[in-house]
Amino acid sequence: MSQVAEPNQQRASEDAAGAGGGSGLRLRALTKEFATFTAVRSLDLEVPSGSFFALLGPSGCGKTTTLRMIAGLESPTSGTIELAGRDITHAKPYQRPVNTVFQSYALFPHLDIAENVAFGLRRRRQKDVDEQVRQMLDLVELSSQSRKKPAQLSGGQQQRVALARALINKPEVLLLDEPLGALDLKLRRAMQIELKRIQTEVGLTFIHVTHDQEEAMTMADTVAVMNGGVIEQMGAPAELYENPRSTFVANFLGQSNLIAGSVVSRSADITTVDMHGIAVSVPANRTHTDSDRGWVGIRPEKVLIGEVGEQLDAPGNTIPGGVVSDVSFVGVSTAYLVRMPWGQELQVFSQNTGRVRIFAVGDAVELSWRPEYAFLLDHAQDASAGAAL
Amino acid sequence: MTRKRGKTGYLLVIPGALYLLAFFALPFYSLIATSLYDPSGSDFRGYEMTYAFGNFVDAITDYWQPLLRSLAYGGVATVLCLVLGYVLAYAIAFKAGRWKILMLVLVIAPFFTSFLVRTLSWKLLLADDGFIVNTLQFLQILGDDGRLLATPVAVIAGLTYNFLPFMVLPLFASLDRVDYRLIEASGDLYANPITTFFKVTWPLSLPGVVSGTLLTFIPAVGDYINAELLGNTNTRMIGNVIQSLFTDANDYPAAAALSVILMTMILALVLVYVRRAGTEELL
Repeated sequence: MSQVAEPNQQRASEDAAGAGGGSGLRLRALTKEFATFTAVRSLDLEVPSGSFFALLGPSGCGKTTTLRMIAGLESPTSGTIELAGRDITHAKPYQRPVNTVFQSYALFPHLDIAENVAFGLRRRRQKDVDEQVRQMLDLVELSSQSRKKPAQLSGGQQQRVALARALINKPEVLLLDEPLGALDLKLRRAMQIELKRIQTEVGLTFIHVTHDQEEAMTMADTVAVMNGGVIEQMGAPAELYENPRSTFVANFLGQSNLIAGSVVSRSADITTVDMHGIAVSVPANRTHTDSDRGWVGIRPEKVLIGEVGEQLDAPGNTIPGGVVSDVSFVGVSTAYLVRMPWGQELQVFSQNTGRVRIFAVGDAVELSWRPEYAFLLDHAQDASAGAAL
Repeated sequence: MTRKRGKTGYLLVIPGALYLLAFFALPFYSLIATSLYDPSGSDFRGYEMTYAFGNFVDAITDYWQPLLRSLAYGGVATVLCLVLGYVLAYAIAFKAGRWKILMLVLVIAPFFTSFLVRTLSWKLLLADDGFIVNTLQFLQILGDDGRLLATPVAVIAGLTYNFLPFMVLPLFASLDRVDYRLIEASGDLYANPITTFFKVTWPLSLPGVVSGTLLTFIPAVGDYINAELLGNTNTRMIGNVIQSLFTDANDYPAAAALSVILMTMILALVLVYVRRAGTEELL
């Protein structure tokens, strides 16, 4: 699925450049209230033109409602939506330069693949529809299927038809509502790479809604983590992962060890925290609480595990007194649960480089991590927020 | 996977097959045979099989007017049912929300009363001093001596009323199955609501349209109760003619020939219609 005729690529990206031009999408204080609950709460968001933006969150967090408001399928209770400098808050769906790839694909069962893809162009009475459809089907590699009906195609093929049908209109913004949700894992991974490639080629703004954190991180330039109708944190995937600002983000994006501690001192660069009698330090720019108590956070793969007294390559925070309570051998790594003296079990992922010892249940160990990997979160937040989702 | 096909399947077919043989195949054979009997025979003297194909020519020459009238009344009633029924079915499928079941029950409710009684009550509704005629006269839509009863309007109105549920139910079944997300997708792809209706909703409801129109048109063309109770001698439909030939005139060969002609005509029309609608898989 990676070979695409050269002229198509060029043409598509030139057209996209012509269509873009505006200053992207801007949501201001966007709110949607349903009879019994508030789905989206005063959302402010700016998506620059040409970016691949992911809205990530558990089901019911308001991400799909946000998407539907941008598409015009839902009208906001208050707030505004601006696209390329134009207020489209109350524009009808068919008046917006926005197209959606629906979760269910929503392909028209009575039309063949070519007519499905041509649908948007025909509604706008464009010329050389057939030629454009041919090129678009080439791009998604479905030229040979153009006369088939949607029901005759596999899930992955239907997904690509849905994408082609939206993409061919060269919208200012392409909305993707969990478009890979119905595919099996292997096809999902392939389509993620494929989608990213197409987005880079055509240069359109993609807004991708998903609850799959791995999908969001692999594909998007910018990820906004949504929870309870608000955006918890927004940024580049690596930034979100390495420096989460809330327990929800820390748990929902990957896994985190969150250990209760009280702040001993704060300096310009470093916050020192007393963690069950052990002093650990956290960089000031990774300290996200003003209170005296907090959660010290550390990702399991950042934690080193060693024998008692062993000199680990992680000067700074060493936590003695651990006992291995569970070992699972994953292949590329070994996942440990280590029970600490204060009773909490911490997760540790150890790369199987071949040079490290693999511990057994019951072994006494010491844990250690570099201070620059730790983060400090507000103690008022629920340490398990986002973990089970 | 090969499954042995036992005799059970054939055994299960037997009761239905016997029933159809006794009450459909044999009477049908008898009808066709009767249509070819010597027309000069009678109940008393008996009939002779003379392969009198002239019966058909005579039937058409004598009764082409009620034949055409039946097709016309049935056609107009079907179109009216389609228009009224589509709007109703659309509303029930997409707009009724939690009232959906109640509205469907209301559509079916008339079946709890006899067809005859319902048609008789239309006679009262359309009566010369009834409120409908009075209102129309007051509004100057009908002249002072204008009437509804015993007019083609009354017959067609009766047919439309009586067969409307047969149109609404298949239309509802089709429309209810239309995925609302397709309608949203159409709007997302620059189709305004009117275009969406003609490009998405209507084509997806075609199976319902075809079965609804067939279920309405076929019985409406052959109906005689409405013309009998609501019409006059100038609104006689082919059903009335066949009935009086069988029961009053005892002219069995002519009545049978007319029945066969009606059946053939409807069959031919339906075949052409289904072909054109592109829904052969329904047959």
